Amino acid sequence: MAEYQTHTYDVLVLGAGGSGLSAAIKASTDGARVGVITKSLLGKAHTVMAEGGVAAALANVDERDNWKVHFADTMRGGQYLNNWRMAELHAKEAPDRVRELEAWGAVFDRTPQGRILQRNFGGHRYPRLAHVGDRTGLEMIRTLQDHGIHQGMEVHMETTVLTLLLDGGRVAGAFGYDRERGRFLLFRAKAVVLATGGIGRAYRITSNSWEYTGDGHALAYHAGADLMDMEFVQFHPTGMVWPPSVQGILVTEGVRGEGGVLRNKEGRRFMFDDIPENYRNQTADNPEEGWRYTQGDRNSRRPPELLTRDHVARCIVREIKAGRGSPHGGVYLDISWIKEKLSNSEEHIKRKLPSMYHQFKQLADIDITKEPMEIGPTTHYVMGGVKVDAETQMSTLPGLFAAGECAAGLHGANRLGGNSLSDLLVFGRRAGEYAACFAKEHGETAIDSAQIERISREALEPFERRGAAEGPYQIQHDLQNMMQDEVGIVRNEHEMKHALQGLASLRERVRRVAVYGNREFNSGWHTALDLTNLLTVSEAVTRAALDRQESRGAHFREDFPEKDPEAAKFNIVVRQGRDGEMQLERQPISEIPAELKQVIEEMR
Amino acid sequence: MAGATFRIWRGDAKGGKFQDYTTEVAEGMVVLDGVLKVQAEQANDMAVRWNCKCGKCGSCSAEINGKPKLMCMTRLNSLSLDEPITVEPMRTFPSIKDLVTDVSWNYRVKQGIKKFTPRKPDFEDGTWKMGQKDVNRIQEFRKCIECYLCQDVCHVLREHRKFDEFAGPRFFVHTAALEMHPLDTQNRVADLKDKHNVGYCNITKCCRSVCPEEIVITENAIIPLKERVVDEYYDPLRKMVMKIFGA
Repeated sequence: MAEYQTHTYDVLVLGAGGSGLSAAIKASTDGARVGVITKSLLGKAHTVMAEGGVAAALANVDERDNWKVHFADTMRGGQYLNNWRMAELHAKEAPDRVRELEAWGAVFDRTPQGRILQRNFGGHRYPRLAHVGDRTGLEMIRTLQDHGIHQGMEVHMETTVLTLLLDGGRVAGAFGYDRERGRFLLFRAKAVVLATGGIGRAYRITSNSWEYTGDGHALAYHAGADLMDMEFVQFHPTGMVWPPSVQGILVTEGVRGEGGVLRNKEGRRFMFDDIPENYRNQTADNPEEGWRYTQGDRNSRRPPELLTRDHVARCIVREIKAGRGSPHGGVYLDISWIKEKLSNSEEHIKRKLPSMYHQFKQLADIDITKEPMEIGPTTHYVMGGVKVDAETQMSTLPGLFAAGECAAGLHGANRLGGNSLSDLLVFGRRAGEYAACFAKEHGETAIDSAQIERISREALEPFERRGAAEGPYQIQHDLQNMMQDEVGIVRNEHEMKHALQGLASLRERVRRVAVYGNREFNSGWHTALDLTNLLTVSEAVTRAALDRQESRGAHFREDFPEKDPEAAKFNIVVRQGRDGEMQLERQPISEIPAELKQVIEEMR
Repeated sequence: MAGATFRIWRGDAKGGKFQDYTTEVAEGMVVLDGVLKVQAEQANDMAVRWNCKCGKCGSCSAEINGKPKLMCMTRLNSLSLDEPITVEPMRTFPSIKDLVTDVSWNYRVKQGIKKFTPRKPDFEDGTWKMGQKDVNRIQEFRKCIECYLCQDVCHVLREHRKFDEFAGPRFFVHTAALEMHPLDTQNRVADLKDKHNVGYCNITKCCRSVCPEEIVITENAIIPLKERVVDEYYDPLRKMVMKIFGA
């Protein structure tokens, strides 16, 4: 018999980043008993690393901005695969959510009129990102944390969930362990909100921490819920490339928003060479106009460095492959050049981009006010996730909700910078609200003790394996290399089919993985248990990417380099079949209502 | 590639000892890279906390060659590789295992500080007017990443163990951010004096010297809070007035 402690809640939230805390705050405020589970300490979740800002059409800097422009920008960025209703709700509600953060104590940078300041970002027509220098994520998570701890929620820090529990056709809670002591924990709940973030640890070069192992995605999948859009993985154009130990660490898009430019080793601003048709009207055709845009000239168009992330990342890869890259396999991102334009440029850069200055100075011995940075694409975000209802964020499994990065729909084929933090606030709150409603309307659930026995036994098996067993780190390493090389920025059928075979053999190795030591804070054991989730999400990404035989947004197939109008009509849904095999279904996208269609047309 | 030896403390609440691990290191590596490499290659069960790897989350606090630092921001080229690099947990907090300590006390202290309580909004849309110059001061405090290195190095906690009476530099910075917030209406001065005992701080500035965010903890946060306590409780003029009028 497995030994475990039991906790009982109305709403259980998995994850304590922006969306998890937003959900927990709303559900607690609405009267639910709320438990929050986080793999790290409170306040350390991935949101803390967000830099640039939170997108909301507050119109504090440019009064021409409104929800319609934001909606149209989001849809265009997502190549119209977005759930249009989510994009609409997001654009309409984001300003209120930002104002709510201010009411909870957040201190954004200010305009001369004393309002929340907004900055330019890729794909956003007007300056739209409320920000605090380049540490907006820290401001946001700390505000939510400091407000949340007074709302009555119970937080289980350093706790990992192994499985969701089911009662008939409905979610009944979760089973996991505390990382510090390795003790099993049962969480009974009437509703569960997944807010677990992304899957970046499936790749070698990533801006994501050890936590991003696709837990929510995999938990939902194994519980029978649908995943969607898994082929769309965002490679952020600007990650550090040198020194090797910092490869992948994020360099905020804010650098380009403040006037930073991309150059190849010949000094050419190569982004001017390839401006996509659907952005031509909005993009500057000379450097001078681009500079004026970054300095707030309302009659100028944005520089091509601020095109969407998918496009900028591919242009960088093209330069590197053509032999025009920098010495360490990237290209140059230069903000120091603005000294030609501003007399106090050094001070200006340090004030606008303090943590970038700090990060390069300390980790790479580079002074970004004086010399260019070397950067290259890094795995940053997954647009795909748990398929949810736009209004309620409930998945296809009753009682199971999802919000933020682990949910799909808002971003379609490519996410705009700044739309993540606003996503967390808008849909985290909605998930919390409707999860609390669901808990109110539904009774207690029963717990399947056989499921608990099986999971707890399997979780401890790595301690008992001897002989030909291997440790978890090499397996994780091999998976990351394979996904990076074969299901990365540029994809083709041959490599992805090879990757599927590779996943099958990695799965065999995971069955034999062994760990030593005891259950107390045993990083090897934790890593071994995370492997199953990483394999599940990697397979979902690979299969969906094979099925989408076109190039769109973040998904680029060199064997199908064009967009296919037929493929614009469906999302790919991934679910577990009855035999345990992964199944795919192309689900038609519902018709956009006439009034929203008109909004898109007006903004072209 | 060169070799480096990491002398890492292994153990738990019951005790432990330093153990040497030698591994290859490359240009540009930080201490955390070395520790994670040792973990992956030689000590899978070693306990280490980390997240962002770029000084933004404050998870990987440790004592490196005896100095409180973030492992992710300490470059190996800033240390001598001729000697073993010692890496041990923050000693002020109870040990859990290896480099991981029990920092839950910090979360309990924060819970006990009166929360942000804004004045009525200035505008109908529920927002306020605040100028950049009004918020510069507290934006410095809000840079804090809660690494707790300031708590680790504070002698009131480290030597005198006043965990029940003293909030520590982190929470004076937190309180200062609330007290100096242009919108806040709450008063935390009584708590500073009696519950969190800001008076125990004798301004040795150790906290300030280890802050990875370079927050000027002592001068900008703690001293102004001490002044508020003095103004409210020990102002001689006020005392005299109170005595005369019996208020």
